Amino acid sequence: MKVDEKLITLITEAVIQELKNQKMKNTGVSSSVYEPNEPVHENPPADLDITSRECKAIPLVEDPADPESLERMMRSTTARIGVGKAGPRLKTQTLLALRADHAGARDAVMLDVDPKVIEDLKLFTVQTCCRDKNEFLTRPDLGRKISEEGLKVLRERCVMRPDVQLIVADGLSSTAINANIRNVLPMLTDGLKAKGFTVGTPFFIRFGRVAAEDQIAEMLGAKVVCIFVGERPGLGTAESMSAYIAYDAKVGMPEARRTVVSNIHRDGITAVEAGAYLTDLIEKIYQAKASGVELQN
Amino acid sequence: MTTETILSVGIDIGTSTTQVIFSRIAMENTSGFFTVPHVSIVKKEVVYKSPVYTTPLKSDYLIDTQAVRDIVAKEFASAGYRPSDTGSGAVIITGESARKENSDAVLESLSSFAGDFVVSAAGPDMESVIAGKGSGAYQYSIDQHCCVANLDVGGGTTNIVVFNDGEVIARGCLDIGGRLIRIGADGIVTKVSPAAAEAAKAAGITIQVGSPADAQTLGKITDQMALALADYMDGGTKYPDLLKKIITPGSSILSCSAKISYLCFSGGVADAVYNENDQLFPYGDIGILLGNSIKKSRLLRDYRLIPAGETIRATVVGAGTYTTTVSGSTITYSENLFPLKNIPVLRMTEKEQEDCFQGEATALRMRIRWFLNQNDEKRMVLAMEGKKDPSYSEIRLAAECLSEVLMAELEEEAPLLLVISTDIGKALGQLMRQNIHDERPVIAIDRVHVEDGDFVDMGKPILDGLAIPIVVKTLIFG
Repeated sequence: MKVDEKLITLITEAVIQELKNQKMKNTGVSSSVYEPNEPVHENPPADLDITSRECKAIPLVEDPADPESLERMMRSTTARIGVGKAGPRLKTQTLLALRADHAGARDAVMLDVDPKVIEDLKLFTVQTCCRDKNEFLTRPDLGRKISEEGLKVLRERCVMRPDVQLIVADGLSSTAINANIRNVLPMLTDGLKAKGFTVGTPFFIRFGRVAAEDQIAEMLGAKVVCIFVGERPGLGTAESMSAYIAYDAKVGMPEARRTVVSNIHRDGITAVEAGAYLTDLIEKIYQAKASGVELQN
Repeated sequence: MTTETILSVGIDIGTSTTQVIFSRIAMENTSGFFTVPHVSIVKKEVVYKSPVYTTPLKSDYLIDTQAVRDIVAKEFASAGYRPSDTGSGAVIITGESARKENSDAVLESLSSFAGDFVVSAAGPDMESVIAGKGSGAYQYSIDQHCCVANLDVGGGTTNIVVFNDGEVIARGCLDIGGRLIRIGADGIVTKVSPAAAEAAKAAGITIQVGSPADAQTLGKITDQMALALADYMDGGTKYPDLLKKIITPGSSILSCSAKISYLCFSGGVADAVYNENDQLFPYGDIGILLGNSIKKSRLLRDYRLIPAGETIRATVVGAGTYTTTVSGSTITYSENLFPLKNIPVLRMTEKEQEDCFQGEATALRMRIRWFLNQNDEKRMVLAMEGKKDPSYSEIRLAAECLSEVLMAELEEEAPLLLVISTDIGKALGQLMRQNIHDERPVIAIDRVHVEDGDFVDMGKPILDGLAIPIVVKTLIFG
């Protein structure tokens, strides 16, 4: 079918006119339509990291009815409230902060633990059966098994049959280990030794998951095993670490036999305080000869 | 989930009234299965209220302690409790009665109420806060995230506190009250306090003992008091001379960092503010007139009025239910030391704390020595702000330094007591115990804020030893 050129011209003109009308209607009527000339909010100081707490504390809502209450509400949560909007969407700053936080979370998962941290704590490293991060993320079963080579190293270097074996694993957040382990591990080690426990040779597992502790406890004959693992990061913090403790751990045992202390990070339970708490908790588990649900009952 | 309840007694001995209440304070571990325990107060409930007694006095200001003791004993009996049932509580002595000689005598006379009964006393500053908590103004400011002033208008004084979202941002006290002028049964003025005379003078009225009680004349005086009060609330620029004379000694002009939106009234005169009054002199004083004057003053137009949960009983309810707090739930303590009562507090300065985390404590050592000497005390609480997320090496240094200093400066039988604001008590205490090889008891309690010069009572550990109930007392006397 041949389209009449005149008809096309007519349609084009009609559409343009319609757009003009709409624009006139919108101007000065609805504030939710984005206007490039609209004054934008003040930018945060250039030297302030947009993912920082200070930056996130600045309200982006324009003209709040009660600025003080808004700031108070914002202080009470890490949720992204008081961020205002640009038309129906997020403001650029909010969007960038979200992306930066997401990148932080991805980094926490994908990067390795800082070798300096491992070195400072005089830990040696063994690897699970995972060959790389990708395999670690896609094969949880392999993250629970120490590699043949790793097992050999453990046999050579570890004290056998300790009362308590402490292990560090990257898990899903290397950032969490970087942020906390330096302060938790010595605190806990000192505490346990002061209570007269024999503490096994601590080490680091690359590509390790929680249940790796079962195989190790079995192999080394540890009565109590405690593994520190970086928790899967969210957009709030990537620094949260947990400790999973089990008495007489066995491969394939029910998960309910683990006692967990989660939320170890600067805004949760701080690292040194967690170390002190775990000292008493491990003593309790050792004496009760039970962990997890069995300990609670 | 297990709940532990302690019975708390509140005794308020004011200028004009004395009251006793009992309340139950329920505490629970509110944290989840997978996290560190966290004990908090989950419920406060007043279970018994005594009648309002007239405070027994020996002379104008001297409390008849024997009579107070009888009232307390009688109220324990009619509530059906023995002193040993109470796990916590407070006696507070307020208004014009808050004098050192009174407090010592009252503490003495009530000390035979054995058990774990906690005896303390308060000055006007603390009273303001206690009344504001008892009236419900405190909770309102938290619930509504707003700025609320509580005006506790009593017999001799008006205690003012401003809460901004639960935080005390200003306190003050004026000699304005319902019993500053008293009237005999024959309608003749029998007492005019100096503060009332000042208010009368400012209103251009002369009044003295023996004058007839004329409602209109007295009303002008109470109007003047309400004007002064309103002026005081926003900086005291209109009546500086009058305010200078009626600001309670030790108090000052109210300086407030936030805008006050709401007013709440408590104290005996509050009932006259909130209600319609048929009689003008039912109590032989100017309380009703003062309430009426406040009601028609600009106070009620400039601010929004909120209802009070308690009026005349606000202070005693506050004393009985709000003076007990609970420590953090990761703490260190040696067994069999509790309860500990009336331990004086020395708070470390920021500099001293910073030095301490670097392992240096010469200045602190000198101050501790001076403090123990000054107070003639064997025991003391060392208080500090603490760090939010200290490193292992920092806390190790602080623990070494603190245990060394305290072991050296405290007498041999004295325990090492620390109260820290941030949540590091367990870590610090545990390291200190290691340092001194458990040669002496160590208590390190956190999440409690105490100031220099406060006194601390610590109750027996609750909820399987997770936390410790604490009463922090601030003693200020006019």
